[in-house]
Amino acid sequence: MGVSVNAAFIPAEALRRNFAEVKAGMRPKEAIEESNRCLYCYDAPCIQACPTGINIPSFIKKIASGNMKGSARAIMDANPVGATCARVCPTEELCEGACVLNHSSKPIMIGQLQRYATDWAIKRGQPLFAAGASNGKSVGIIGGGPAGLSAARELARFGFAVTVYEAKEQAGGLDTYGIVSFRLPKSISLWEVEQVRQLGVEIRTNTKVGQDISIEELFSQHEALVLAAGMSKVPDLGIEGEQLTGVYDAIDFVEATKAELVTDLVGKRVAVIGAGNTAVDAATCSVRLGAASVKMVYRRTRAEMTAYDFEFEFAKQDGVTFEWLSAPIRIIGDEDGKVAALECQPMRLEAAEEGIRKKPVPEGLPYLLEVDAVIKAIGQSRHLPLVEQLGLDHKRGIVTVNASTHQTSNPRVYAAGDVIFGEGQGEAMVVAAAQQGKLAAHAINARFSARSERYG
Amino acid sequence: MADLRINLAGIASPNPFWLASAPPTNTGYQVQRAFEAGWGGAVWKTLGDPIINTSSRFAAVHFNGQRVAGFNNIELISDRPLEVNLKEIYETKKRFPGHAIIVSLMVEPKREKWHEIVKKVEAIGVDGLELNFGCPHGMAERGMGAASGQQPDLVEMQTMWVKEAAQTPVIVKLTPNITDITATAKAAVRGGADAISLINTINSLAGVDIDTWNTVPHVGGKGAHGGYCGPAVKPIALNMVAECARNPLVGVPISGIGGISNWRDAVEFILMGSTGVQICTAAMHHGFSIVEDMIDGLNHYLEDKGLNSVTELIGKSVERYSDWGDLDLNYAVVARIEQETCIVCNKCHIACEDTSHQCIERHTDEHGAAYLKVREEDCVGCNLCSIVCPVEGAISMIEVPSTELPLSWNQRQAAIAAIGKGKEADGTDKKEAV
Repeated sequence: MGVSVNAAFIPAEALRRNFAEVKAGMRPKEAIEESNRCLYCYDAPCIQACPTGINIPSFIKKIASGNMKGSARAIMDANPVGATCARVCPTEELCEGACVLNHSSKPIMIGQLQRYATDWAIKRGQPLFAAGASNGKSVGIIGGGPAGLSAARELARFGFAVTVYEAKEQAGGLDTYGIVSFRLPKSISLWEVEQVRQLGVEIRTNTKVGQDISIEELFSQHEALVLAAGMSKVPDLGIEGEQLTGVYDAIDFVEATKAELVTDLVGKRVAVIGAGNTAVDAATCSVRLGAASVKMVYRRTRAEMTAYDFEFEFAKQDGVTFEWLSAPIRIIGDEDGKVAALECQPMRLEAAEEGIRKKPVPEGLPYLLEVDAVIKAIGQSRHLPLVEQLGLDHKRGIVTVNASTHQTSNPRVYAAGDVIFGEGQGEAMVVAAAQQGKLAAHAINARFSARSERYG
Repeated sequence: MADLRINLAGIASPNPFWLASAPPTNTGYQVQRAFEAGWGGAVWKTLGDPIINTSSRFAAVHFNGQRVAGFNNIELISDRPLEVNLKEIYETKKRFPGHAIIVSLMVEPKREKWHEIVKKVEAIGVDGLELNFGCPHGMAERGMGAASGQQPDLVEMQTMWVKEAAQTPVIVKLTPNITDITATAKAAVRGGADAISLINTINSLAGVDIDTWNTVPHVGGKGAHGGYCGPAVKPIALNMVAECARNPLVGVPISGIGGISNWRDAVEFILMGSTGVQICTAAMHHGFSIVEDMIDGLNHYLEDKGLNSVTELIGKSVERYSDWGDLDLNYAVVARIEQETCIVCNKCHIACEDTSHQCIERHTDEHGAAYLKVREEDCVGCNLCSIVCPVEGAISMIEVPSTELPLSWNQRQAAIAAIGKGKEADGTDKKEAV
């Protein structure tokens, strides 16, 4: 990995290097060879496996033929955040996992080819799409993450006037703030934001709905709303010591690394609580920030870990270690109010009925992990107040939608992305959010506009 | 080790792999390097009256990321003084007496010119001569090369002139830029040729640069047609070799040329009637060392087939090459898909559906897995599915036992004619226009 870990002194340059994109893009010859290797299947399973239905054989053949603009367009047409997805999609579980060449040689490197084509578009700076002629209708989008951007892009092409209300300083949501830089440089997400803005979409940043603008105002200004606000902070662990200095929210922690790289963690011992993809991100970021040791603490085992396999492997390669079957019960501080140790309770898994996750139950005596920092990565809470202000049906904050139209219990409100993820609904992937935003936009167009053609 | 030696019309060679008359055989240095690498023979780059070559001479056609599917050139014959070439030929022969050195010649279609160059070249000791009646560019505009090679009477006459003076075997190299190559092959034989070699390059324009709109290649913004060779021309060459091989009025040994890139290609040419083969593009693409696998692969092939000598292969497939009218119309094959090997890319389905006979169906089994199945009663056995299938062995063409006796179009027409003539039918070959 080449991760530079030096407890004594880490120059800023080394930190920057640690956070530079890990995977190199394809070189032209690699891309040509790989694109020519694609069989150009008919009714290709990779297309079926892509949540946004990118015509993968088509964009790959366009690389082979030298039609780079056509290739980038084919990708971005189906997926308005296709450059991000080229980097963050779990491709082996999606398109590449479905590639028929898995049965006879090795799958086409679809993600890398997608990156090659979208990188070309980024470098060229050419707009790929144009806004449709105005249909006189307006849609407000709450949240400028992948779902919101995707909906905005499609609606603008249909001819809607679109306003995106974004609470943060920049749009892009998790793509901009939540995905580690060494997987996804911020510039990629911001390019996608720019692509949407270029279609005349107004993106009002630093605008929190319900605070900076009222719900009533939104309803009065727009025919329809798309709720794509994502998720909120990591919830409290509900244990003693959470207020101590050195306890971080994983989302905030990762976000900070995308703004500025600090040396607070150099030489420190870090415990990350949780075993999902965000937990892995927090752990690998800690390593790259110079932590002396990074342990992931999880009350279940590797088998129940929700992070993708490649994320787990990546964490291992970064030198992250794992404390399985261990539940944190107390964070212990020193006299200065700083984290000194994490008290953990060993667990065992109790067999459960089929189809239900095994339940961890305490077994044995608690023990202390001496640590200097604790990062909480046990999932994210919901924007419950917002959902309730909008008066939408929900299950524990997860907005209920019609699976095909993404319409909520309020016919004028549609929802997409992480706000609808959970309780067996939706999927927590950027690519799924993009598709949901697209579907919501198409449903809005079908309902509010007689026009079915997208422009540009 | 099988015996790879050949003897082509009296020219002995340690193996059937010769370098064709072309840039690789321009100098003694190159030919000696080739012999060191294992090439059995070399046809020296064409000698003749001095010429001037252009700068920018070659171009290639690349296909789907593969370099040099075809190769094109506008280079002419040797641009070095005759004396220099003769001296180097002499030195090379002296160093490699066991290898075949054939010298390619091209002069104006004048009897004394041919006599003069034949005598000069043979005086230094060569194994044979090859008459370049094929070069399609540059020389043709001066009445040489393909210009004389396209006229059977000129081929015959010039061959005769050469034979008047030549002591060593004379090979006539034929141009493919002609409707029926057997016409010039037969003319060469009438003129006394000891062997023929084919094909020379095919008239070509390698491409147009879509950015600059220049021809590829171009010389200062202008282009001219060149000669095409390399892997892409192999099927054309193989057909022409086969047509000559099966024509009883040709009947002389053949040196096969055209897109031969490896031992497998060489075996095909030998099976179709070539005694040996000549190679250029593959060497220009990869260097002389490629002959190592040609020799090695051919040897292993012969051992696998239980053959002692490469000469046992010569012409073994010629009798199987015939006219369409002689093919059995009652022979039938159908495609069969091996489910174990099939990767369900659906390429066979769409090829058949869009462009052939709509008989490959897509199904889903009881576990929800997709599979493909040929509706054999509608399959015409065209081979398309097995051609587009990317996985070896996934689609086989299976012979369907025929309930009818073999019947060719010619036999069928003869039978119909016989019925038409009533009892006078004699069953002779009476073709009807198709």
